[in-house]
Amino acid sequence: MSLQDELRSVPAKLLIEGVSKDFTARGKVVRALDQISLQVNEGDFVCLVGPSGCGKSTLLNIIAGLEKPTEGRTLMDGKEVTGPGRDRMVMFQESALFPWLDVMGNVLFGLKLKPNLTPSDRREVAQYYLKLVGLDEFAHSNIHELSGGMKQRAALARSLAPNPRVLLMDEPFAALDALTREQLYGDIQRIWAQRKKTIVFVTHNVREAVCLGDRVVLFSPHPGRIREEFHIDLPHPRDINSVELASHSSRITRALRGYTAETPGAEYGAE
Amino acid sequence: MKRVLSSLIFFALLILAWHLVVLSKHWSVVLLPDPASVWEYLKGAAADGTLAEATLITLRRLLVGYLIGAVLGIPIGLLTARFQLAEDTVGVLALGLQTLPSVCWVPLAMLWFGQTEGAMLFVVVMGTLWSVIISTDNGVRNVPPIYARAARTMGAKQFYTWTRVILPASLPFIVSGMKQGWAFAWRSLMAAEIFVTILTGFGLGQLLHFGRELNAMDQVIGIMFAIVVIGLLADKIFFSPAERFLHRRWGTGRS
Repeated sequence: MSLQDELRSVPAKLLIEGVSKDFTARGKVVRALDQISLQVNEGDFVCLVGPSGCGKSTLLNIIAGLEKPTEGRTLMDGKEVTGPGRDRMVMFQESALFPWLDVMGNVLFGLKLKPNLTPSDRREVAQYYLKLVGLDEFAHSNIHELSGGMKQRAALARSLAPNPRVLLMDEPFAALDALTREQLYGDIQRIWAQRKKTIVFVTHNVREAVCLGDRVVLFSPHPGRIREEFHIDLPHPRDINSVELASHSSRITRALRGYTAETPGAEYGAE
Repeated sequence: MKRVLSSLIFFALLILAWHLVVLSKHWSVVLLPDPASVWEYLKGAAADGTLAEATLITLRRLLVGYLIGAVLGIPIGLLTARFQLAEDTVGVLALGLQTLPSVCWVPLAMLWFGQTEGAMLFVVVMGTLWSVIISTDNGVRNVPPIYARAARTMGAKQFYTWTRVILPASLPFIVSGMKQGWAFAWRSLMAAEIFVTILTGFGLGQLLHFGRELNAMDQVIGIMFAIVVIGLLADKIFFSPAERFLHRRWGTGRS
């Protein structure tokens, strides 16, 4: 294997067909997702936005294969998703890094499960991704020694390392302070351009969605439904504080308020 | 260095106080021997080999029993945490028996195994096993579910997830359980050695027992001293480094 082969990235196409998901809570069946259909093309950066309870994280877990839909199916390049797989990596809100391994050990974890790689290949690949997220000097740090932003960078390197074709991100920056978040917006746009991934990004922050996504898909809760989709045709990299971005996000926030008002008991406050 | 010094001064003062109490002649020297005569006993026992032999015999019993207990306890704890059926059966048994002071196994062991090494081993294993099961079980239940989810997305299968994620993630609990198991095993072994006189070898507990029978208070106190030192060393040599490692990695507690 050459490093070039291992790093070659081919984004995948996702097709979500009529996906519904029911949960049973206290003996009552609750519909979390209702008839969701969505197509995500190769190399798309799609943001799923909505208030809590709209099922956007559930949809992400279904695409990841961590949960099974009650109805419908998800296809990746025409093949039905039946379980989790290396071709679809997930980045969670909490970093979910393993504290018993150092940063390098965490990035190597997924690579060790990948066949046809020698230990030195794995180190080389891990090193590449640590450099990509700017953590190459912290390869041997313990997880608790990292700041919140560095933890998410390490988690990003860990998700990228097995070279997935789809990256699924579940509010990965929600727990970070604003300044750190803005840095990571820049990083994720750069990495997306460089690594050519199909990205599905879940957030409740409209500005964040507009800053990152080329498509912003709006969800409303009880049950979770897709209400509207917005195309953001601003050039990358985008600055979260730019005026054009603000006008897009206020338009989307207005729409979101409208849908949320239809649902009794739901509240939505833009950030 | 400063901390070592304050420890040394403290213990020197303690021994001095002991010596002064003996000098006051308030108690008979049969009941309270001078520190010097305890030292003499220890020196003699060390010179003629009784102390080393007894220590070795005791440590061998302890180590064998302790290892059996830990090697059985960790997988059983994993099973009780994973399977409802194991939790409702073995898990409940372990919870119940863990509350039983381990010295309570001694009478049963004597009746079942007689005056044999088997009785000793049985008592030590019973002292270790249950607390290791409970803490392993507890450790696994405290592993954030997101670790296993993350491992699954990276392509880890069941067995791999258990050995490479769940087990290391529960390590802090397992280590504290093993420490507790060690303490229980050590206490129960001493009880067993005091009660069970067997001819296959005299451990420290038996020397303690003979000391009492001979009214040799210097021997009783000397052996107690040896027992304390072994306990301290076990802590310093085995558990403190393990705990320091965990604190460094996990960033928990003081480092």
